[in-house]
Amino acid sequence: MDVFRIATAGSVDDGKSTLIGRLLYETNSITTDKLEAIERASQRKGIGFLDLSLLTDGLVAEREQGITIDVAHIYFNTPKRKFIIADSPGHVEYTRNMITGASRAQTSVILVDARKGIIEQTHRHYFIANLLRIPYVMVCVNKMDLVNYSEEVFTKIKNDFLNLSAKLPNTQQQIVVIPVSSLHGDNLTTHSQNMPWYTGEPLLTLLESLPVPTARGSFRMPVQLAIRPRNESHHDYRGYAGRISSGKISVGDAVTVLPSGRSSTVTAIHKNGQEQGAAIDRESVTITIADNIDISRGDMLVRSGEEPKLKAEHQAFICWMDSNVLDTVKSYLIQQGTQRIKAKVTQVTFVQDTATLQQLAPSGGLKMNEIAKVNLKTAKPLPADAYHDNPANGTFILIDEFTNNTVAVGFFE
Amino acid sequence: MKKDYLKEFPRELEDEAIYIIREAAAQFDRPAILFSGGKDSITLVRLAQKAFYPGKVPFPLVHIDTGHNFPETITFRDKLVAETGLELIVGLVQDDIDAKRVAEETGKFASRNILQTTTLLRTIESLKLDACLGGARRDEEKARAKERVFSVRDDFGQWDAKNQRPELFDYLNGRIRPGENVRVFPISNWTELDVWNYIREEKLEIPSIYYSHEREVIERNGVLWPYSDFIFKDADEVVQTKTVRFRTVGDMSCTAALASTANTLEQIIEEVIGTSVSERGSRLDDQRSEAAMEARKAVGYF
Repeated sequence: MDVFRIATAGSVDDGKSTLIGRLLYETNSITTDKLEAIERASQRKGIGFLDLSLLTDGLVAEREQGITIDVAHIYFNTPKRKFIIADSPGHVEYTRNMITGASRAQTSVILVDARKGIIEQTHRHYFIANLLRIPYVMVCVNKMDLVNYSEEVFTKIKNDFLNLSAKLPNTQQQIVVIPVSSLHGDNLTTHSQNMPWYTGEPLLTLLESLPVPTARGSFRMPVQLAIRPRNESHHDYRGYAGRISSGKISVGDAVTVLPSGRSSTVTAIHKNGQEQGAAIDRESVTITIADNIDISRGDMLVRSGEEPKLKAEHQAFICWMDSNVLDTVKSYLIQQGTQRIKAKVTQVTFVQDTATLQQLAPSGGLKMNEIAKVNLKTAKPLPADAYHDNPANGTFILIDEFTNNTVAVGFFE
Repeated sequence: MKKDYLKEFPRELEDEAIYIIREAAAQFDRPAILFSGGKDSITLVRLAQKAFYPGKVPFPLVHIDTGHNFPETITFRDKLVAETGLELIVGLVQDDIDAKRVAEETGKFASRNILQTTTLLRTIESLKLDACLGGARRDEEKARAKERVFSVRDDFGQWDAKNQRPELFDYLNGRIRPGENVRVFPISNWTELDVWNYIREEKLEIPSIYYSHEREVIERNGVLWPYSDFIFKDADEVVQTKTVRFRTVGDMSCTAALASTANTLEQIIEEVIGTSVSERGSRLDDQRSEAAMEARKAVGYF
């Protein structure tokens, strides 16, 4: 069974929690004790209806303030797929949460209030979905019931959105705009009787039928650790354990170890105690090779002849995630794959305004939630790909050596 | 009800869990698996065996023993340890009670659940563990839905929900200061049903109390409490024998029984699919208040 990951983002009043709640409700994914708990809590808060946002807002502070602070994970199944929703808050001060939630998503669900149309927040959500090159974007024009299910209103919003998307660099995304009412369930799991003019599929049908995108790019596997049992039955066994980030590898293929550049041939692929002839992206495997080469955590196995260029000077987009501002004098740790080395952000080229899409001149260090184009220098050359060629091998994080916090996420240009 | 689609385990979740377990082994000096004898920790043990095959699992099992266990769980635990050859370290809640570090709750609803946290933190400190792998899942409870895969705890084992490290793509940042430790949750993204389907597909053994059996119980507010020396019975309460099983394995004093005749994994899975009550709904420790779990996690519970 496939696993399909969805990122949602939105603010308190755009009906996002209601939409998720309704998807769960209509796929029989909420148990009665959880529903009753929500009923009790809704009554205590003096709300007349079932406040489905209480289902996803798990922290005390969130329930008290009626806002979503952190990314929540929600699970549901249909006959076709297992779905994982990463639900994040939508305001600018939570940009880092939105990127976190979106970082593993295969589709982004963006809500637009039919009464308000495209607003600043829509720009921001879409900019992030575009920056992260999420393969699918589902734009739900919500609260259609409040605009009398008007096709005219919907068409205007749809065109506005498509105009917005034309301005952004990644044009490979598949965008679908759907008129919905999450309160009444229109076009969520079944075709709406109220909008016969909409000839497309309901949201859930789309989520169930979109092909699961495969990781683009050639074989890359960051080595997590070497497995050397040194027991009687496996005296000389030396395997390299990791999760394949992209591509396919078969027994007999030539592989190169980076950064050393030495090459060998795959002799066996172990998975879960069994041997298999080949493995693809997302699989956790252990690989043995013909030659005795020194390989350890931090190295990367790649297909020979399709190696990424080793570079120590990089250009990248980063999102700053820490309350301490970026310091271009200080060095940080960069993690790419399983390699962690020192790095410096040598220059901020521009700061991206995600609402107006303008590129602003940098003023001092980057603050939390700011997205910027930067130059980066690493202590050693890294075997990274450009994010647009190979998303799985084109990302990195920055860690503050002193606070140990993850302070930024980046995408190599 | 035909819901066969719910009986297939999504294998990607296994790849993800193994990746996380390997990261824990690579990033920490002294990790351990928190082992309760329940289905989630049994699943973790199997995943760890797979992650390091043909090598050995490079960390011990740690069991925080409240003394209120189901005897079947302890029998199962010892058998698993003997068969896998893993090291078992037991932290006894009784030791903390005897040393007067904690006081037992009293009354009809007394449980040792809260007391476990002190024993867990003491055990982590004395073994100098820098990472504890646990079988907690995000679908169990709404505070757990906010939990990271690598969840940093301070010197006092505390969880700061509002100040968690962002986790992006597959990156797991396990850098900590001395004294801090990390709770690692490899099956974060699994649901209860995923665990059951995995147990069936992997043919894992589980303690007998998960299967239907006859047991003495007391009915309180519609909940079936297993009758044992660990609970106080009012004079007017009647002990009756019923056909039950357990959906989760906690203490005898805080785990409710479920009237059930399911005695194969297939029947249990049918039951889980057909049920209208969530798993933690049978945990009396979670029923205390809406924020019961978050409050316990904040002070070091896992």
